[in-house]
Amino acid sequence: MTTATPDTVSTAPEVKRLAIVPWLHKNLFSNWFNSLLTVVVTAILGYAAYGMVVWGFTVAQWVVIPNNMGLFMTGLYPSDQYWRIWLLLGIVSALAGLSWGMLARNLPTLFSRNVLIGFAVVCAGFVLFPPTRPSSPKLLLMVAIVAAMAWAGRFIGRSKPGLGKWITLLWFISYFIAIWLIGGGLGLAGVSTNDWGGLVLTLLMAVSGIALCFPIGVALALGRRSSLPVVKWLSVAYIELIRGVPLIAILFMGQVMIPLFLPEGMRPDRVLRAVIGLTFFSAAYLAENVRAGLQSVPRGQQEAAASLGLNTPLSLTLIVLPQALKTAIPAIVGQFISLFQDTTLLSIVGLAELLGISRSILANPSYLGRYAEVYLFIGVLYWFFCYAMSLGSRRIEELLNTDHR
Amino acid sequence: MTQFQTETVPVSNNTGEPVIVATDVEKWYDNGFHVLKGVSMTVYKGEVLVVMGPSGSGKSTFIRTFNALEPYQKGSIEVDGIELAHDLKNIEAIRREVGMVFQQFNLFPHLTVLQNVTLAPIWVRHWPKAKAQEVAMQLLERVGILEQAQKFPGQLSGGQQQRVAIARSLAMQPKVMLFDEPTSALDPEMVREVLDVMRTLATEGMTMVCVTHEVGFAREVAARVVLMDGGVLVEENTPEAFFNDPQEDRTKKFLSQIL
Ligand SMILES: Nc1ncnc2c1ncn2[C@@H]1O[C@H](COP(=O)(O)OP(=O)(O)OP(=O)(O)O)[C@@H](O)[C@H]1O
Ligand SMILES: [Mg+2]
Repeated sequence: MTTATPDTVSTAPEVKRLAIVPWLHKNLFSNWFNSLLTVVVTAILGYAAYGMVVWGFTVAQWVVIPNNMGLFMTGLYPSDQYWRIWLLLGIVSALAGLSWGMLARNLPTLFSRNVLIGFAVVCAGFVLFPPTRPSSPKLLLMVAIVAAMAWAGRFIGRSKPGLGKWITLLWFISYFIAIWLIGGGLGLAGVSTNDWGGLVLTLLMAVSGIALCFPIGVALALGRRSSLPVVKWLSVAYIELIRGVPLIAILFMGQVMIPLFLPEGMRPDRVLRAVIGLTFFSAAYLAENVRAGLQSVPRGQQEAAASLGLNTPLSLTLIVLPQALKTAIPAIVGQFISLFQDTTLLSIVGLAELLGISRSILANPSYLGRYAEVYLFIGVLYWFFCYAMSLGSRRIEELLNTDHR
Repeated sequence: MTQFQTETVPVSNNTGEPVIVATDVEKWYDNGFHVLKGVSMTVYKGEVLVVMGPSGSGKSTFIRTFNALEPYQKGSIEVDGIELAHDLKNIEAIRREVGMVFQQFNLFPHLTVLQNVTLAPIWVRHWPKAKAQEVAMQLLERVGILEQAQKFPGQLSGGQQQRVAIARSLAMQPKVMLFDEPTSALDPEMVREVLDVMRTLATEGMTMVCVTHEVGFAREVAARVVLMDGGVLVEENTPEAFFNDPQEDRTKKFLSQIL
């Protein structure tokens, strides 16, 4: 927190860029033991990498991936309705670009060199990587939309910075448009949730779960600190109860037991049940993360707010929560990443999300035994989204860092 | 130039109307510690009252009861004519009129200096943003940190932070200002800039209760100095008499330690 010392922003000691040979010497071969370790580890890694490459080019039969691309991405979604998914992707790309442009409006360059390299790699991948080739024009269009909207966002952000808060609203609306586009109704042909699947279903469930568990988690964390005994004990009971039950048990309860209790017409949809299960589970963990953040805010902050005449709700929303959530960002995003990965458990209860659909593809006799190829492919997909979330969280932390600038 | 207060009242010797009247205040902490043992004190409009006393004597606890940051169990405190009952509904109404400056500044680190100062006027007084900002800029100019308005507290020195904290309290246009050892956390070279601001405030007629061990400041601007020890007020006197001719043994002992 604040200290009495004057600007303590010490200039970081200059990072000396060592030339390659001294660097190797200092970091890898500083004594005989480290040298031995380096040699052994390099040998093992090299052998493994060699094995992977040989397998990837000679043994692996990648045809399973492009042949089932539609299934991986959208499950049993009717292929004559794929345009709706593309449209959705277009909307998301546009919004992502717009948000980027708005956020980065004051940066000297809109896209840093690393991001440009990233774009180039993605584009090259779309053109060269066989599984994506049939859709390459559309995918390249998406990249173009992101870039164009980023420029537009930067322009708008610079001329009218106040419009920034409407982006959140746009994302909110786009969520409902997404549900409408995927599920149909209101003029679009309906697609039953039984036909939702693949990556689209995974992302939809993860986004819904994340969006819902966040406010519930914050409310539970505040409830746990409440001075009202009933609120406090209910929150504690909920958190401790949920944390004592494995997620898979909750999901089974949702999929198998709820239908037993509720009459035919009243059973919530199975995707909805899955989202509810994920949400309630993650909210309990999130509440603990937020609570840790709340505890990190010094008491003096609340006292200062109170002494200015702010009532408790104002002091919480304007002073305590912003600071608490800021400290808790890494933990919160970690919980979001877990939630994203936990969607895989839904394949066990029979949903055709990315892992579920992969298992049914593997059950197809023509692709018998292609486990390694399929699991490697979806593993990379999961990694991509989790890594993106963790990168994003680090960017947000940097943006919000007001302690030493 | 902004006036810190609309009406200027001459530095009085107890002739003004009372702003804070504390009568036989007693407080126990939750662990049973009897921290205030029947303290009575009146603060008059436009005067500067300095509270001194050894560490742990209950000075902070006492002045924090004035804006209900600490509850008390017995006695009564009236602020601006309103009784601070134990479960007062208009607790926020009182806090609006009583500004407080803390030893550790307690600025909001996630807000800019300007936002720190405008926050309460906008959200509590419901001033339009433009008005709040105008008043804030005038106050920041008065305390000499206008150029830092867009910085964050973490980028300022301790003395600058404390001056922002004073401006933040003044923005609510309080009737009384409470200072709890405002210079104790500061490096010696920054103590003066904060005391200067407080001195100006005092000459402009702000009613102030200051817990401080700055003898020079007390001699110069205080109307009265009181000594608190072991949860009771031991001596109350003019600064002249307090420092040159103390009546109580405990005051003499205390002064011999700090002078
Ligand atoms: N929350 C608490 N629970 C129990 N005892 C407390 C609590 N806060 C303070 N005390 C005790 O009450 C006494 C008075 O504390 P207070 O902070 O009012 O003293 P002070 O005169 O301001 O001292 P200092 O000059 O060190 O600031 C101290 O002995 C302290 O240990
Ligand atoms: Mg104290």
